Amino acid sequence: MRLCVKKKHNMEKFTTIQTTAVPLNMEDVDTDQIIPARFLKATTREGFGDNLFRDWRYNSDNTFKEDFVLNNKNYSGKILVVGKNFGCGSSREHAAWAIHDYGFKVVVSSFFADIFKNNALNNGLLPVVVSPAFSQKLFSEIEKNPATEIKVDLENQTIEITSTQEKENFDINPYKKTCMINGYDDIDFLLSLKDKVEAFENKSH
Amino acid sequence: MATTLFEKVWNAHVVQSIENGPQVVYIDKHFIHEVTTPQAFAGLDKRGIKVLRPKQTIATADHNVPTKNQLLPIKEALSKKQVDTLIENCKNHNIELYGLGHPFQGIVHVIGPELGITQPGLTIVCGDSHTSTHGAFGAIAFGIGTSEVEQVLATQCILQTKPKKMRINVDGVLGKGVTAKDIILYIISKISTSGGTGFFVEYAGSAIRSLSMEARMTICNMSIEMGARGGIIAPDEITFEYLRGRKFVPQNFEAAKEKWKLLKTDDDAVFDMEYNFDAADIEPMITYGTNPAMGLKISEKIPTNDDAGLEKALDYMGFKKGQSLIGKEIDYVFLGSCTNSRMEDFRQFCLFVKGKQKAANVTVWIVPGSKQIEQQAIAEGLDIILKEAGMELREPGCSACLGMNEDKIPAGNYCVSTSNRNFEGRQGQGARTLLASPLMAAAAAITGKITDVRELI
Ligand code: SF4
Repeated sequence: MRLCVKKKHNMEKFTTIQTTAVPLNMEDVDTDQIIPARFLKATTREGFGDNLFRDWRYNSDNTFKEDFVLNNKNYSGKILVVGKNFGCGSSREHAAWAIHDYGFKVVVSSFFADIFKNNALNNGLLPVVVSPAFSQKLFSEIEKNPATEIKVDLENQTIEITSTQEKENFDINPYKKTCMINGYDDIDFLLSLKDKVEAFENKSH
Repeated sequence: MATTLFEKVWNAHVVQSIENGPQVVYIDKHFIHEVTTPQAFAGLDKRGIKVLRPKQTIATADHNVPTKNQLLPIKEALSKKQVDTLIENCKNHNIELYGLGHPFQGIVHVIGPELGITQPGLTIVCGDSHTSTHGAFGAIAFGIGTSEVEQVLATQCILQTKPKKMRINVDGVLGKGVTAKDIILYIISKISTSGGTGFFVEYAGSAIRSLSMEARMTICNMSIEMGARGGIIAPDEITFEYLRGRKFVPQNFEAAKEKWKLLKTDDDAVFDMEYNFDAADIEPMITYGTNPAMGLKISEKIPTNDDAGLEKALDYMGFKKGQSLIGKEIDYVFLGSCTNSRMEDFRQFCLFVKGKQKAANVTVWIVPGSKQIEQQAIAEGLDIILKEAGMELREPGCSACLGMNEDKIPAGNYCVSTSNRNFEGRQGQGARTLLASPLMAAAAAITGKITDVRELI
């Protein structure tokens, strides 16, 4: 397999992460909630973190909604644990940018919507798919003790609740794994196929 | 080996397969709009590269544009900047732009088909999830993120994992007042917002075959609302007759048609998943909750099961478990969006409202999918019918479908909408959306409340 040759312009290398986590225990969270359309007017990729989950996080007078988990001081960390079918709806990549920009490096769910998953992978945000049982365990451990640390090891494809040492393997496409670990970029790889693309065009058109 | 329609088109576009990885898929047509592209062009500029095949990319301004006085400068500074950035990027990269004021401007998924750019057997992408619309022509069409837009601009290819295959058969005859929108809302209510995730869906069966191209587009459009990457319908005489004579179809149309005729699923091809539905079981549909699967037949009541998601949704919508929606007063009606803003939708809506008066408590927004539709509606006198009913024909764009421009439904208000998403805040902060067909929307506009349209036709 010939892989991406250069380093991605804006993607960091991903190795192992061990931090506390934020539990967003809701299903079917759509990208309109992650970043509402009225914040999609920017022409750069930066700054979307401020409006992550805007309408769940803030009241209309811009004060914090106390009961939303991102505003709960007990929870912090670089890992966001979410319910199933996360990221459904609109294809807006701004959703992945907003989560990454806010400071998360990993999103854990038992089920992601397709486009969101691709968008996350393309932006150095690792989507980790766990079993429904492990997802439940994560929520209950974190909610019981917000200091619970989660370790995500991309090289070995494992996710672990460090206090209980409960561990699960997760799947990731080997190509995408290589890209994430090395900070490689799809475009560099595709550009390296230029001759093949031209040959394809000549053959089929 | 027997193959499906999807596989035939997909396999013909694979440039390279990566072992244990995604495939490199060649893209024939790429649609772009102002919202999901600025960062992609910025990426190209940063690398110092140009768009590889500018003639295969077609641009329009739709998501963020006003639907009144489109020829005046856009008032909202950020919206203006996005539209201006698109103009600038298209100029720098030699891309055809059907921007504001152009006779072909409109919602990206409406203009592709009406110009004949969308054709059977093509691969089509766009930085918008409802790209699935184009699948109605037997094309593989799906939404992508901005990084992928950049990939396509730079290389005319995209890296994709081949989705699994699903077929949904709808057989039989539709009842009175039941339309394509009801079929797809019904299907989604049965298989959930994630039931199609990981799949590409082929729609088949006698009820689908009998539909017009406009109606087929409505069905494929909402494939994404069950999580599917896209929907596809085998092209047939209805497809060919729709395309014949359109601006960008192949010059030798008959030869193209012979090739397109081969695009169908082999009789013994096997799907990973298959559903069968009976058209006679479908009624006019309406949604009651905050995702498109929370829909019911108009004669049904809101479910009563214990479910945190349902309770949260009903709390937002101001509804109760076990409630019927019939008779519920509403505030807005929106006819528009890439789901239902084509001529057929306008004709259906206008046929119903003709000679009637809009209810005093309702504000009605009628937004055509394209400039060509707007002109055609005027040519057919639909603007007069609307005016006499107390409604106004606006100019094309996404409008209240996502409330990015000034067309926002106020918080707490109910809107019967022909669009595709009823997520919290989708049509404006706090807005409460009820998805339905153009016919159901027309009935609501006239009566001022949720009405079973079958009683009025
Ligand atoms: S009309 Fe709505 S769904 Fe369609 S492209 Fe525009 S915003 Fe997206």
